[in-house]
Amino acid sequence: MSLARPARTRKATAAPKPAKKTARNRQGPRTAPPADRSAAQHRANLLESLLRIRRFEERCVELYSAAKIRGFVHLYIGEEAVAVGINQALTSEDAVVSTYREHGHALARGIAAEAVMAEMYGKATGCSGGRGGSMHLFDASRRFYGGSAIVAGGLPLAAGLALADRMRGQNRVTCCFFGDGAFAEGEFHETANLAALWNLPLLLACENNLYAMGTALTREHAQTDLAMRAASYGMPAWAVDGMDVEAVEQASRRAVEGIRTGTGPHFLELRTYRFRAHSMYDPDRYRGKAEIEQWKDRDPVNRLMERMRENGEPVDEELARIEQKITEEIDHAVEAAEKAPEEPVENLLRHVTSASTGPVS
Amino acid sequence: MGADGTEKSKTTYREAMREAIREALRSDDRVFLMGEDVGRYGGCFGVSLGLLEEFGPERIRDTPLSESTFVGAGIGAALAGMRPIVEIMTVNFSLLALDQILNNAATLLHMSGGQLPVPIVIRMTTGAGRQLAAQHSHSLEGWYAHIPGIRVLAPATIEDARHMLAPALADPDPVLIFEHGSLYNLSGELRPPTRPVDLDHAAIRRPGTDISLITYGGSLPKALAAADELAAEGVEAEVIDLRALRPLDDAAIAASVTRTHRAVVIDEAWRTGSLAAEVCARIAERSFYELDAPVERVCSAEVPIPYARRLEEAALPQTADIVAAAHRAVD
Ligand SMILES: Cc1ncc(C[n+]2csc(CCOP(=O)(O)OP(=O)(O)O)c2C)c(N)n1
Ligand SMILES: [Mg+2]
Repeated sequence: MSLARPARTRKATAAPKPAKKTARNRQGPRTAPPADRSAAQHRANLLESLLRIRRFEERCVELYSAAKIRGFVHLYIGEEAVAVGINQALTSEDAVVSTYREHGHALARGIAAEAVMAEMYGKATGCSGGRGGSMHLFDASRRFYGGSAIVAGGLPLAAGLALADRMRGQNRVTCCFFGDGAFAEGEFHETANLAALWNLPLLLACENNLYAMGTALTREHAQTDLAMRAASYGMPAWAVDGMDVEAVEQASRRAVEGIRTGTGPHFLELRTYRFRAHSMYDPDRYRGKAEIEQWKDRDPVNRLMERMRENGEPVDEELARIEQKITEEIDHAVEAAEKAPEEPVENLLRHVTSASTGPVS
Repeated sequence: MGADGTEKSKTTYREAMREAIREALRSDDRVFLMGEDVGRYGGCFGVSLGLLEEFGPERIRDTPLSESTFVGAGIGAALAGMRPIVEIMTVNFSLLALDQILNNAATLLHMSGGQLPVPIVIRMTTGAGRQLAAQHSHSLEGWYAHIPGIRVLAPATIEDARHMLAPALADPDPVLIFEHGSLYNLSGELRPPTRPVDLDHAAIRRPGTDISLITYGGSLPKALAAADELAAEGVEAEVIDLRALRPLDDAAIAASVTRTHRAVVIDEAWRTGSLAAEVCARIAERSFYELDAPVERVCSAEVPIPYARRLEEAALPQTADIVAAAHRAVD
């Protein structure tokens, strides 16, 4: 795999700025793959990102039971390697479009746990001002175009973001996350066709967790080889072990490099599994405990730690450091969310039109 | 047996709806149920739980996430002599099937010069109130009530949940049934109907003489609670449950306003262009000279429904808003 920045094939009006290495996006995407000497450090960073999502969501479960968080909450536990791996290949200039199962996408993108937690609490300090909740996290400054809770609803939007970049000659990539269920919607197929037809810089990241709510992949798709079907639209497409964060990273870099060199949309089928129910409302009656346990054997966190161990890297020390750091981070996020102000009811009609938005505080 | 000699049983709105579907499947082999997660999962609100085991996968069909296509396929199957019950998880996702409902189901009979009736029933959940935010909180039944060629129902009681489906299936034309998400856990006694349940008439859920509270679906419990509060203050409110949003029972609306001379229309949809607006227009058309006060409306604030609890509560019609509107009309 080439480490050099790929040559541009299109005329650019504005060169992409390198990602700023500020404290704000310290967990955010990086621009180049790690050099060998820092591979151990890189793996430690990956571990931290995986665990941040895992622990954040575990805390969300507690807070949901305590009725601090309400509405629909869809957990990403088990699927963390997908968001973390893909974000390694994206820069802060790129765009991300997500779903309702998006805490992992948001945190991996570098949105602070504090802003996400405040949103889950419905507080004014949340990343969507308390209007969105778990399913609608947004951060325009990170080009995180947020959670769409209509299955497949984000796909056409992502094509449009990519289209704008293409028309303006911006060498940026738009990554759209969606599920195996979304693959059945017309919007997926229409987007795939349009993106391929217009050669759009779009990464289609299909999180195949084998279920669309209670409907298993084999009962929702006549042909379950999703990558093969995506390829039929005339785009490079391949399946990836979505439980292996390094495999996801590698595949994503390859795809994103392809997109940046102007070869149009790429499709990744990330084969993964959600360890928890579809949402807090789901009694999870449609799959066996044994199946879940089997997939837990492939837990992306353990998998990465095993690899670190094999390489003689100081896993236990790293783990202790990371766990402590993340616990503090999440404790702080919860504390801040508890204390944060609610949006005053007088502001109910704010943000309906731009005229009612006013200066965004 | 109840004290009055009729059979009663304790049930919920959800179970009543399930029993109605079960009865339809048993009594007519042309009937089948299809939709996302209606089988193995038991329906996203648990309505069809157990039906897959009882009737098998031919008649309880889990569909892929493809609203436009499985609704369209339901329309096609209806054309070919079946009696499909199509479940769309919620009204929010029905927008993906709106084209099929409007451009096929509602128009085929007319466009074909009367050759192609479409006897389909499409059920879906509607409404807000559970902090599900903007994309999962729509109340679009009023939009559907705009469309000629279809019948739009809003069962708000356990009786209607239990007994509206059979006549809906017997209707040769498309029927849309809107089930408000807050009603599924409603529990109470279910009496057998003393007469066939019709799909044409509004119901007086509480008689009164001072003001008409006209509503439907998920707002009915709020209107009844408001009527209780008003009664404690000496105002006797009549609560009208529209039941059918299309066709509207003009006569029942006019009769109530003629009795009370005042009206509040309660509708969880946005105010502008709402079903509430239509009801107000009909009162103005038919009952203008009966009115002793301007008609009041209690609708949702014109904002995508926000997640935060206080904001959501402020956005939706609440009992206190209905009481306040009634006072404005009466005082
Ligand atoms: C258009 C639409 N139909 C139905 C739903 C209800 N729903 C929400 S998530 C979901 C399953 C989606 O499965 P998939 O795309 O595989 O994503 P996953 O939840 O597995 O991450 C369904 C049916 C919805 N939100 N939008
Ligand atoms: Mg899935």
